Amino acid sequence: MQNAVGNMQQKTPFAVKDCALITIATGTKVQNLKEFAVALKDVPLGSIYHHFWGRLLRALFDEPEYNNDFASWAYRGLHDKPLAEQLSMVLPTDYEDLECLRQEMIEVVEQRLDESEYVPWAKIDQQFHFLKSQIVIFDTGIRYNHPAELVSQIIQLSTGSIYYHFIDARNRTEERHDDFSSWLNGFGNDFEELVHNLRSLDPYFSSLKEIRLSVSTIFQTFFEKEK
Amino acid sequence: MKRKSKHSLQNMLAEYRAVTSPSVIHQLEQLAAPLKGAKVLHINSTKEGGGVAEILHKLIPLKQALGIKADWEIINGNQEFYECTKGFHNALQGMRQSISEKLLRNYEKINKENAEKLNSKLKEADFVFIHDPQPAPLLKLTPERRGKWIWRCHIDASKPYRNVWKYLRDWVTPYDASIFSLPEFAQPLPHPQYIIAPSIDPLSDKNCPLPDHEIDSIFSEFSLDPELPLITQVSRYDRFKDPVGVIEAYKLASKLTPLQLVLAGGGASDDPEGEAVLNEVKQASNGAANIHVLLLPADANRTINALQRASDIVLQKSIREGFGLTVSEGMWKGKPVIGGDTGGIRLQVIDHYTGFLVRTPEGAALRTRYLLHRRDKLEEIGMRAKRFVRENFLITRHIREYLTLMVGLTNGDEERIDVGKA
Repeated sequence: MQNAVGNMQQKTPFAVKDCALITIATGTKVQNLKEFAVALKDVPLGSIYHHFWGRLLRALFDEPEYNNDFASWAYRGLHDKPLAEQLSMVLPTDYEDLECLRQEMIEVVEQRLDESEYVPWAKIDQQFHFLKSQIVIFDTGIRYNHPAELVSQIIQLSTGSIYYHFIDARNRTEERHDDFSSWLNGFGNDFEELVHNLRSLDPYFSSLKEIRLSVSTIFQTFFEKEK
Repeated sequence: MKRKSKHSLQNMLAEYRAVTSPSVIHQLEQLAAPLKGAKVLHINSTKEGGGVAEILHKLIPLKQALGIKADWEIINGNQEFYECTKGFHNALQGMRQSISEKLLRNYEKINKENAEKLNSKLKEADFVFIHDPQPAPLLKLTPERRGKWIWRCHIDASKPYRNVWKYLRDWVTPYDASIFSLPEFAQPLPHPQYIIAPSIDPLSDKNCPLPDHEIDSIFSEFSLDPELPLITQVSRYDRFKDPVGVIEAYKLASKLTPLQLVLAGGGASDDPEGEAVLNEVKQASNGAANIHVLLLPADANRTINALQRASDIVLQKSIREGFGLTVSEGMWKGKPVIGGDTGGIRLQVIDHYTGFLVRTPEGAALRTRYLLHRRDKLEEIGMRAKRFVRENFLITRHIREYLTLMVGLTNGDEERIDVGKA
């Protein structure tokens, strides 16, 4: 797996990257839970990624009830609240890779089908459209040598940078953590508390702007205490 | 299109930086770096009227400011051509249409003439964006093309009338990619189908901040009562926008809540049906004192801006809608929007959060009465609506997606593309 910040050696500068995402239709759409279970087995893994993570870079209302598109559809399209709740609690970072995540999703859906007396259907205009995305990543040229430099800078980063380092990293890196905390670990125990606080931030219910603000606040609070 | 000077292009970027943020513009500059000098040609069928022309008026200079050689051409047609393409438009939106062989041959002939006229630009462009069905045949009529060709469909094509779609599909199939506003609109085609929602321009005359006196002046200009709540729908006079349904909703709501309605629309030069619908609307309003049916010229952007700002509620009660830019326009002015539960309106109006989605005139009347009764909710929803547009539906997001698409297309179907390493 690719690592965003190099080899995590102490004092390796933090290289700020940015990214932009474009949504692509896969052409697969489903109207009921049975069709959904079948399609889940076949759609490209990029589609699983998109509906869990990529949604954050799309037009998204900032107070979502459910934290992935599958769960939202289970509620809004199928009106199946128990399924929506179960799908919402499938955490992608609990699984080794997207294929394992896909298998877990299929398990949850098939379990629900076994329990149901009838197959939940959505109305014709509430079908689920499987999407995928293309991500363009670019190096901003910005480098930080010491964590203290990030205190004033995080709030200036684009939402694309926040997405890349705080969200995408969880899928991209072996550690399954954000890039900031992985980089800080390279400094030994000096920033243990900061690492802990960053890793305690639940990114699933916030917009990227809110995540940026929360990460910035965590850095500020830590370094103010250190003074 | 006349090119702006380098200085004014840079000023323009500075203005967008002020409305959005430095990081938003910096990101666009970096994303555009690998595309610097690329020749990008947009083609549609009208320079004025309708959302497509409005977007292109801003998108082109923005691309130029980012170092891209962007250009915009229109195709010229005769009356039969527009009659035919209006038929395509209606058919893509699901209306049963019978388009005669004569009209189809004329459509092809007009496109052939335009292909000859634009030949050198079409051949040389690195990227050609063809907007909607009107110029769709240009690709097949340019065999010596070298760039990537993208068909941009702005229409709700979720349930097209099959006979007409089959005809159009033949023209669209050979494109390198297509763009639809919503996933629901995408049709099975043998190339990547990108999903890009349109946008509004916060600096345009239609959306920029206005002084109070200019907003107030519309009350006397259109004989409106400044003491009465105002609800407004700004739209072309088109049956899919359901202006008659809006009048019905007004009549129902006004039985219990005194208010006034403005229906404001202009004609697009490629829409021959507008006049007939306008007559239907006038007939439905039956001269009622508080229903104001306005036919505005294509350049009445500041007037529309003032009308939207003076309104308490903005309506867009469409029964089919490609996207509905007037929804974002209203929301950008901090107004709750009561919109038809269809197409792109659903992407903008989050039911109960940024407005209300309705399916009937009764629904529109009910939500109008509720919002006028609960002013606290009206304000709260309006503020949320503005924030939602700032984050999702401004032109800076739109151009970012166009740039991403162009970089993406030049890199094949890779899911992750690393560019512009420092």
